[in-house]
Amino acid sequence: MGKFAIETRGLKKSFGTTHAVAGVDLAVSAGGVYGVLGPNGAGKTTTIRMLATLLRPDAGEAQVLGYDVVRDAQAVRSRVGLTGQFASVDEDLTGVENLLLLARLLGYSRRRGRQRATDLLDAFGLAEAADRQVKKYSGGMHRRIDIAASLVVTPELIFLDEPTTGLDPRSRNQVWEIVRGMVAEGTTVLLTTQYLDEADQLADRIAVIDHGKVIAEGSSGELKASVGAGSLHVRLRAPEQRAEAERVLAGVLEVPAEPSADPAALSARISDPERVARALAELFRSGIDVTEFALGQPSLDEVFLTLTGHAAEETPEEDAA
Amino acid sequence: MNATTAEQASAPVTEDALRSVLLAGERPSSPGPVLTSLTFGWRALLKIKHVPEQLVDVTMFPIMFTLMFTYLFGGALAGSTQEYLQFLLPGILVQANVMITMNTGITLNTDIQKGVFDRFRSLPVWRPSPLVGALLGDLVRYSIGSAIVITLGLVLGFRPEGGAVGVVLSVVLLLVFSFCLSWLWTMLSLILRTPNSVAGVSMMVMFPLTFVSNIFVDPKTMPGWMQAVVEVNPITHLATVVRGLMHGSVPAGEIGWVLVSSVLLVAVFGPITMVLYRNKK
Ligand SMILES: Nc1ncnc2c1ncn2[C@@H]1O[C@H](COP(=O)(O)OP(=O)(O)O)[C@@H](O)[C@H]1O
Ligand SMILES: [Mg+2]
Repeated sequence: MGKFAIETRGLKKSFGTTHAVAGVDLAVSAGGVYGVLGPNGAGKTTTIRMLATLLRPDAGEAQVLGYDVVRDAQAVRSRVGLTGQFASVDEDLTGVENLLLLARLLGYSRRRGRQRATDLLDAFGLAEAADRQVKKYSGGMHRRIDIAASLVVTPELIFLDEPTTGLDPRSRNQVWEIVRGMVAEGTTVLLTTQYLDEADQLADRIAVIDHGKVIAEGSSGELKASVGAGSLHVRLRAPEQRAEAERVLAGVLEVPAEPSADPAALSARISDPERVARALAELFRSGIDVTEFALGQPSLDEVFLTLTGHAAEETPEEDAA
Repeated sequence: MNATTAEQASAPVTEDALRSVLLAGERPSSPGPVLTSLTFGWRALLKIKHVPEQLVDVTMFPIMFTLMFTYLFGGALAGSTQEYLQFLLPGILVQANVMITMNTGITLNTDIQKGVFDRFRSLPVWRPSPLVGALLGDLVRYSIGSAIVITLGLVLGFRPEGGAVGVVLSVVLLLVFSFCLSWLWTMLSLILRTPNSVAGVSMMVMFPLTFVSNIFVDPKTMPGWMQAVVEVNPITHLATVVRGLMHGSVPAGEIGWVLVSSVLLVAVFGPITMVLYRNKK
């Protein structure tokens, strides 16, 4: 096996005139979480489906765990787990039947398979729901059985396609715990997400994709650094002084200051941290009362905006335009 | 039932439990094509258990047709309902089975719409096994449908001169033909987008196929061109065979016809289906 768990070069896939994936290069090291971050329609699912051997690329190549996804598809299939974006177990069957079905297909004996199914349901907090049809599960339970179904044989690499989209915060935290647990046991996780904070929290490295192309790649720290040192956030006692404060900050920092949603707050990008002290002193000298200030790393939201020129979580309609 | 309450009550995911379950996973050797196909067949049976409503086409449809045709047209077509029943019942049996095969495509298309189909395709198993397994599960549906039609026939006064052996043989032949015909619907379900369009197209094929045959009437009264169509329809030959076997004759040539058309159906639609399945978007 090569150095990387996943390596792709110039991967492409079109549907009619839609260039869903338009030349993706990825190099994902073994171990840890690799995040693929992008808005709806960016090409995340299409990329994962090619990597999991479900779709044949139009052009380019991809190796997963050292095996070519086209030539050695069967070798890839026996080593990776896939949890698709949408319901990936049979909703008519019960939780235990679904896992037993997969265990049998993967070569477990009936007895060992049943044991494995029970153990997985226990570990995922689904013991009580074992004999209930999956269609009666809540969203969080459904997502957990989807993931459990990919772990019947512990995979070396697991693909999780938007594992937390649509989940409440509590269920989302449970999924995050599961992901961290899998990584602790040495499984490589490639996960896609539309949520910047999710990539920030979980992923060691992130590829930002938009319109089928990787537009930035790096650790979340690197991505943030690439858009500047961070920003200065300032909150004033009197909102009516904000326009004045904007002028002062822009003068010292030599970048425009932006008003925040809070009517008394504003922020400005900074390229040189030394100027911050001067800027604050200048506000004081101008008689503007500052009640709070903070020096923040840029958020991934800002990163995305800078890289793509549009916000990350826009609606698909806007994206299609 | 309140799923939210149940979830709150359920134990949270613990790191220790997760660790031990990940470490405990074994890596058994892959099972062969027969076992994986049978396992998918088991899934089909589980679905029948959980969603018994899906057997409506298997039960209501043949009962309705047998009663309707026997009592509506029997007198006019054959002089008496009893006499017509002897002619019609083997034909209805054919029609019922052929109609039940349509369900195969609709079920598969529903799977494709959901993500479960992707999961199956991402498994390291013999690739046709989800399809073959579904078709094996369908054999149970055909058997149930056949049992219902034959029982109803016997109650109404159908007397097969070929006895139990003739009846069993004809059912076996029907199962073989239905299994092979299902590949046509499987192929359709990989081409069409929604389960509804699969149902629509299947109906358009099914109705002419079963009515322009010798299932309901002897083609002797039809115009020549229509007789020619009936003659090349494989359903006609199937009905002739089933009728023959049930009434004690063994039409060897016709049996050959049915077996050849069965093999042809799989030989043509099987490979096309597998190519579509492999390249499904
Ligand atoms: N099977 C398909 N047929 C036609 N278009 C598709 C298909 N799958 C995806 N697309 C299109 O390709 C683009 C990328 O889709 P997708 O990979 O699902 O994005 P994401 O998962 O990032 O939301 C979208 O414009 C989508 O409409
Ligand atoms: Mg997607």
